[in-house]
Parts: sequence; structure tokens; C-alpha cells
Amino acid sequence: MSTTNLFSDDYTTVIAPGSHWSLNVRKGMQMRLTDLEGGANVAMLFYNPSLLSEKYNAPDTLKCQHTFKLTQGHCLYSDMGRVFASIIDDSFGWHETVCGNSHRKHIEDRWGSRHYQSQRNKWLQNGFDAFLVELTKYRLKKQDLAANLNLFSEVSTNAEGQLRLSRQSQANDSVTLRFEMDTLVVMHTCPHPLSTAAEYPQKPVQVILEKAKPVLADDYCVNLCEENRRGFHNNALYHLGM
Amino acid sequence: MIKESKLALTDAKTRKTVDAGDYFIQTIAAGETVRIIDLDGNQAADTLFYNAHDPSERYSATDTIREQAALYLTTGSMLKTNLNRDLIEIVADTCGRHDTVGGACSTESNTVRYDLEKRCMHACRDSWMLAIAEHEEYGLAKEDIGHNINFFMNVPVTPGGQLQFADGVSAPGKYVELTAKMDTIVLISNCPQLNNPCNAYNPTAVEVVVWGAA
Repeated sequence: MSTTNLFSDDYTTVIAPGSHWSLNVRKGMQMRLTDLEGGANVAMLFYNPSLLSEKYNAPDTLKCQHTFKLTQGHCLYSDMGRVFASIIDDSFGWHETVCGNSHRKHIEDRWGSRHYQSQRNKWLQNGFDAFLVELTKYRLKKQDLAANLNLFSEVSTNAEGQLRLSRQSQANDSVTLRFEMDTLVVMHTCPHPLSTAAEYPQKPVQVILEKAKPVLADDYCVNLCEENRRGFHNNALYHLGM
Repeated sequence: MIKESKLALTDAKTRKTVDAGDYFIQTIAAGETVRIIDLDGNQAADTLFYNAHDPSERYSATDTIREQAALYLTTGSMLKTNLNRDLIEIVADTCGRHDTVGGACSTESNTVRYDLEKRCMHACRDSWMLAIAEHEEYGLAKEDIGHNINFFMNVPVTPGGQLQFADGVSAPGKYVELTAKMDTIVLISNCPQLNNPCNAYNPTAVEVVVWGAA
């Protein structure tokens, strides 16, 4: 009897609003995230599961690609010069990585305090605590919390450098990450820290995990800039044993 | 915002010249003031700050950016910790704009930015690694080396979302001055970068001056 169909090669789930999750995604897999209702935010961090001190580095990601916004074609770099994941598809166009998380006090000041007993699954979780819970599962501490991605949130700037949350995703906007090395993904769906919504945004996000197509020589992310070619070269050397 | 300091160098408690490629580490007490002087212009002083009593609380670029809802640092910028507390405040600045998005150079990011075969060239993160290895008394480890400030660097972000490495707005003798809100470890790598035109491929010295509390 065949066992090949016992479990399928892909997996679809929905991350509830104000929730957190972590998972070890293998090289060659892709993760498609879809904002089901519009106005979601997905905060995300990456670590090397076999060398947890290696983590997502927002400054290197931005300066290596001369960009402030992240979208299709961009690679998400570790502090060791390697590519954790590349953005192979994106309907939204601008994901930010400098505003970090809300703390408990921000949520309290805007929408009220977190109280599980009365709020149950609608509790008003904050991004900082959400990340701490997941990080602690891997013996990581708050020192290991780096500047994170805030997917589905566009933060733009004027000439003086003043920032605002200028756009959020619409229902069914999606972004797809292809993993270029084994990666511990830590994520939460708490509101963007600059959100001024009248109510705590309760926004679910769909996650689809499936096998990615092989990376070919004409790959858009690899060829976006010379820097990405070198980043992928570093990954190739890493998998060669360096 | 350009603002000159009223403090006189003759009243300083300590003065130290830090050559390019070297580091500076020292604790200053709450209320004390530290000035970093760009002696020859267009240098980058890659700087980190920590709570001296618990360095797991440290300078946080994201908390600072979020709280001031602005990207660049200058006079009036309150630098926040990762617990969103006040750490140290910029009280004078004759340069006018400092970067906290671009991070530090490392041997690893140099391979991506410039050439894989430049992996052994000196970089800021190596200076910090040496600093924390030579000064175990501060209790710092690799995970404490986070997202820094580049004093004197100009890294403008365009409204369209591009990141530029523009010519410096600094010049010989320009400085930035900060007053500590808590007992603070100051850790500086005076950037050794030889591959970036923004210092004219010529990294130079900075001076670090400390005054006692007013």
C-alpha cells in the first residue's frame, strides 16, 4: 500500500489575530502569507537553527540592496552575509523593517490592557511579549531580538525623515518567501506599532507552506543586484561546508 | 537641528583620541555628558549604548525610531532602550543628522557589498568583538552587539523607499554630544571601512570627551 499520500507536501493554516508562532522551515520551501481581511501586520524574525547566534539583520538587508522598502526580488540577509529567504512574489509592494514592535504600554494606551480571562482569544497581545514567548522556547533572550520585518505595513518618510504608516494591505494581498537555507522563523500577528486604528486590529493571516521551484540561473532575486549574486554565492559556500 | 554646546574642553573629565579601526569602551554615569568629535570630517563612529547595570537592556534603533516617528538622529533625539526606556539624549549637534538604519560594517556584509575575497578586511563588528573579548568586565557577548548608530553618517531615505549613501554632512571638528539618563556603557567602533566612497576611502580619527554631571 502506498504511503505517499498519507500526508501532503503542503500545509495551509490560519494564524489568528494577536498571535505568535515559530517553525523551522527547510531550505527549498516557500511560505505564502495572505492577509485575509485587509489591514494585517506580520512581524517576523529569522535565526539559523544550527547556529542560533546567526540572525536576520535589517541594516545589512537594506544597505546591501540600497533599499528602505522590501518587496519582490529582495533578499533577507543574516548578520553572517547569507540569505535566509528571498521575496519571490509580492502583491503589496512595500514591507518595512525599522519600526519594531509595540510594547504592552503602547497597547494599553491605545486600546486597553491585556486580560486573557476576560478577552480569551481576542486578548490584546503586544508584539514585544509575543516575540519573547517564542524566542524563549529556543533559549533565546531579549538580547537576541533584532529589528524585525513588519510585512503588509508600508512606512514612508519625508525629506526630514519623519515617518508614518502610510499604507496597509488589502484583503487577499499576499507575499511569498522562498527559503534559501534552513531557517527558524519566529512570527506574530500583533498590530503594527504605528497603527492608530480605532479598535485593536483583529486580523487573521493565512500561511501556506509548500515546496518552492528550484532556483535557476535567471532567478529574479539572485539577479536583482550584484550584491544578491554574492549573497547567494555565500549560501552556496555555506552548503558546501564553509 | 544644529545646536552648539556650552561645555568647554578645558572642563572635561576625560579626553581620548580613537584612531580609525580602534574601539572605545567606557561607562559614564547618569547625568554625565559625552561628546564625539569628527576630527577630520566624514568619518563614521559606529556606536552602541547599554544600561551599565544590566547590558541586556541596550540602545534600540527600532524603539528610538518608533517613539520619535522619525529616522534621523539629531539634537533632541531621545535614544531609547529595547525596553523603551530613556537611555541617553542628544543635547548638542553641529552635524545635524546621524544615521541609525545602515548598521555597522562586518567582514561578512563586506563580502556581499564589495567582494567575497574581501572577507578578511577589518570591519566595525570585529572591533566590537575585540572590545568585548578584551573587556569581559562589562559582561557583553555577541548577542549584545546589535543595531547601532552611525554618528556623522548621512543615509537618506527617499519618499519612494530607496536608501542612499550620500556624501557626509559632517566636516572636520563637527561633533555630537549626549547626556546619559542612566549609567551607560559607551561602545564605539571608529569605522575602518576602506571600500566606501563616503569617507573618501580614508578613515580618520575621532575624539571622545566626557564631562561630569552638571
